[in-house]
Amino acid sequence: MANGIKKIETKMSSRTQILAAVLANQPGILPKPAFHPFSPGGEKDLEVFVKTATGIGSTVHFLGGMEEVKALITQKFATGRIISPIAELSEIAELDFAELDAHTLEDVELGVFIAHFGVAENSALWVTEDLLGKRVSPFICQHLMLVVNKNNILQNMHQAYDKIGTANYDFGTFIAGPSKTADIEQSLVLGAHGPRSLAIVVLA
Amino acid sequence: MKVGLFIPCYVDQFYPNAAIATLKLLEKLGVDVAYPANQTCCGQPMANSGFEHLTGGCNTLFMANFKEFDYIVAPSGSCVLHIKEHIHTSNHEDDKNISGKIYELTEFLTDVLKVTNLTANFPFKVGLHQSCHGQRGLHIAQMSELVEAPFSKPQTLLNMVQNIEMINLKRKDECCGFGGTFCVTEEAVSAKMGIDRVIDHEQNGAEYITGVDLSCLMHLEGILKRKNSKTKIIHIAEILNAS
Amino acid sequence: MIQKQKDHASLADDFNKDEDRVGWHDDTLWWIREKRDKIAWQVPDWELLRDAASNIKDHVLSNLNPYLLQFEANAIANGITVHWAADAAEHNQIVLDILREKEITKLVKSKSMLTEECHLNDFLGENGVDVIDSDLGERIVQLAEESPSHIVLPCIHKKKEEIGELFHKHLGTPEGNSDPQLLTEAARHHLRETFLSRKATVTGINFAVAETGEFVICTNEGNADMGAHLADVHIACMGIEKIIPDRKDLGVFLRLLARSATGQPITTYSSHFKKPRQGQEMHIILVDNGRTKQLGREDFRNSLKCIRCGACMNTCPVYRRSGGHSYHYAITGPIGAILAPNLDMEKYADLPFASTLCGSCTNVCPVKIDIHQQLYKWRQVIVQNGYAPKAKELSMKMMAFTLSSPFVYHTAGKMGRAVLKYAPFTLNNKFNPWYKQRDLPEVPEASFGEWYKKNRNKNEQ
Repeated sequence: MANGIKKIETKMSSRTQILAAVLANQPGILPKPAFHPFSPGGEKDLEVFVKTATGIGSTVHFLGGMEEVKALITQKFATGRIISPIAELSEIAELDFAELDAHTLEDVELGVFIAHFGVAENSALWVTEDLLGKRVSPFICQHLMLVVNKNNILQNMHQAYDKIGTANYDFGTFIAGPSKTADIEQSLVLGAHGPRSLAIVVLA
Repeated sequence: MKVGLFIPCYVDQFYPNAAIATLKLLEKLGVDVAYPANQTCCGQPMANSGFEHLTGGCNTLFMANFKEFDYIVAPSGSCVLHIKEHIHTSNHEDDKNISGKIYELTEFLTDVLKVTNLTANFPFKVGLHQSCHGQRGLHIAQMSELVEAPFSKPQTLLNMVQNIEMINLKRKDECCGFGGTFCVTEEAVSAKMGIDRVIDHEQNGAEYITGVDLSCLMHLEGILKRKNSKTKIIHIAEILNAS
Repeated sequence: MIQKQKDHASLADDFNKDEDRVGWHDDTLWWIREKRDKIAWQVPDWELLRDAASNIKDHVLSNLNPYLLQFEANAIANGITVHWAADAAEHNQIVLDILREKEITKLVKSKSMLTEECHLNDFLGENGVDVIDSDLGERIVQLAEESPSHIVLPCIHKKKEEIGELFHKHLGTPEGNSDPQLLTEAARHHLRETFLSRKATVTGINFAVAETGEFVICTNEGNADMGAHLADVHIACMGIEKIIPDRKDLGVFLRLLARSATGQPITTYSSHFKKPRQGQEMHIILVDNGRTKQLGREDFRNSLKCIRCGACMNTCPVYRRSGGHSYHYAITGPIGAILAPNLDMEKYADLPFASTLCGSCTNVCPVKIDIHQQLYKWRQVIVQNGYAPKAKELSMKMMAFTLSSPFVYHTAGKMGRAVLKYAPFTLNNKFNPWYKQRDLPEVPEASFGEWYKKNRNKNEQ
């Protein structure tokens, strides 16, 4: 059909058209100067991390190991479905949730995951799909707990990307607190579509 | 050095006292000042309205009147900025030359004359309105948008005036809303901006609102007078020259 | 009957009829500007960051063709299908075609100003696809059948009582209730059902990394992720200018974006999508829609550096007192005013004039776009292209004539002062817009020129 052919032609030539227009219109090459971030000594990184996190509305817990994490969870989330890929939590959490359909996680009360590292300047924690089991896990649960090693607190985002380097994740995200919105007359409400709370466990 | 005094058109017509104060202040500071009588306007009202292509006549006239001076000084940040950035005659060298030697008054006093004291006396509560073109365009004062060390040439000069009391404002450098023909083409927003500025000054006790640009001050004065306010406007030259 | 689009000045005039409301709108946005200032001051290298971001974006625009090719190749290698759309219509058709192929008629969409620009929702609606916007602010304006008034804070123009009424009508919340907590909870439940039931999602893209073929979406609500990780089809849309060279450049942009936008150190979620989920189809649509044209405009090309933070809107004294809808375009405020005329100079001729050229926008812009300089330059272009009102053209020509001749100027000045002094009623009336809310200046005895002639050196002629 003539129209169908024309449509396909147009579609193919859009790519060609756009790339040609870009090439024709882009200015002479300008260099990309190196950027050297200001990163004063990192002694206060942990302190800044905690202050920023609590300022945003997360809670921060300094614990010695997974037994204490288990105790904290049992104390705060006595009832409700818990998911986590962390083997030490097998007694209280579902470990094989990753095999399920994502939609069936709809009634999860708490998700507990390990984070690669935290960033002091914004209290964000970096998690990738392999640590999450399923991409939707840290978003669909009503409450979220992220566990990070005390020695894995970096100062700023530049250090964060240095650390990530060329890692080949399928999906990764920085999580910097409970989900929130201030769309209704700038009133901050914690718990928009993602978790209502974020508990950060800093392991010694 | 010979200084050419450039007096903006509306200052010439409606606020001659500011021009007189500018002249007298410069003379007091030992400057050889002359006022070319054939000057008219910098061309900004047309240029800002999109009619820069009609400012050829103004440019030629400006060049003819001011080319020979060592410095050109004007009691107006916006007019100086306009000439500096937009003067465009057939001779680019001449244009660059003008741009390099044109100064707003407080700039000139600070950077060229390096004034460190004044014999002025102005025993009143004064609010300083930061006119945008002088501040953000000519950098005569630091702007609140930047994470940079504060400074203010007008303020430093005002601090040399005896008995003056500067007030603090809620919004230090928000635009007054004059904006050239904007003041009539977008009357509602222009007036609201001016009213907000005026209220800020009044609420903080200003007896006078001053600044480097009479366009802003004229607009604020219009609002002050309409609401029968006790607060008055005065150009900074008149304060720095006050006795 | 097609009504002629009201221009910014008329719409702003309407907006200003409710003085209290304008004050409220202005105060709210100024507060956000102040939050931005506060957090910027906590970053010692803030101005260096801005320089870096600006330089990276300048570099990208000068090398955009190779970067687009690099991004496309890497995205395809990651298993993503890449489409190219020359304009809004083609973009919309591509989305529809993808949905039709999978027989999907219900879509959940997270915030994308590009899709607003393309009027995607309307198009899909006309073609039998139901779209629900999942960003709370966007959902609110969707229910109100309005367009967003701000690119980051879509319903900043709405009061909580109005939102309460909307939610009572559409979501069944108690009548008269305007508690943000309760309303947000209601939206959470309503949208959770949407996320769980819809098979396709459309999202925007904040940054697309050429080096790796991944893209980043930043949200506070987690709505983009909820939609994407539960859908079988994820369509991500972006303007071609959203490319950045390397993954590590995200460090610069993610430090600037949320701080500039809302005064937060980072959005709650900064999600990096590199490959489709197992069993999921992921598409990226690269859209031109006037961007290549803007790229070719030397004076205006820099506007393509925009990372859509909205800081320029928050600081703009005119935007705060006229509201986003007075710009009658998807992208509002100062950045909208320098982007829109490129698309339709006649329709958007008014926008570059909706400014006093104060320069505040340029100095909060995280990528250092010279917004106010571009506003000035657009004015020249618009007038040269014949889109200035005829009356204005005439008065400008008269002004140019008057000011080019000392004699005419002096005479006119004298006459003007005389009129104002002896017949003030000719100017002090309702036909003079100045006079509506301001008095005119007093008439002095003599102009400065006349004083100088009398009192100083008479040799200067």
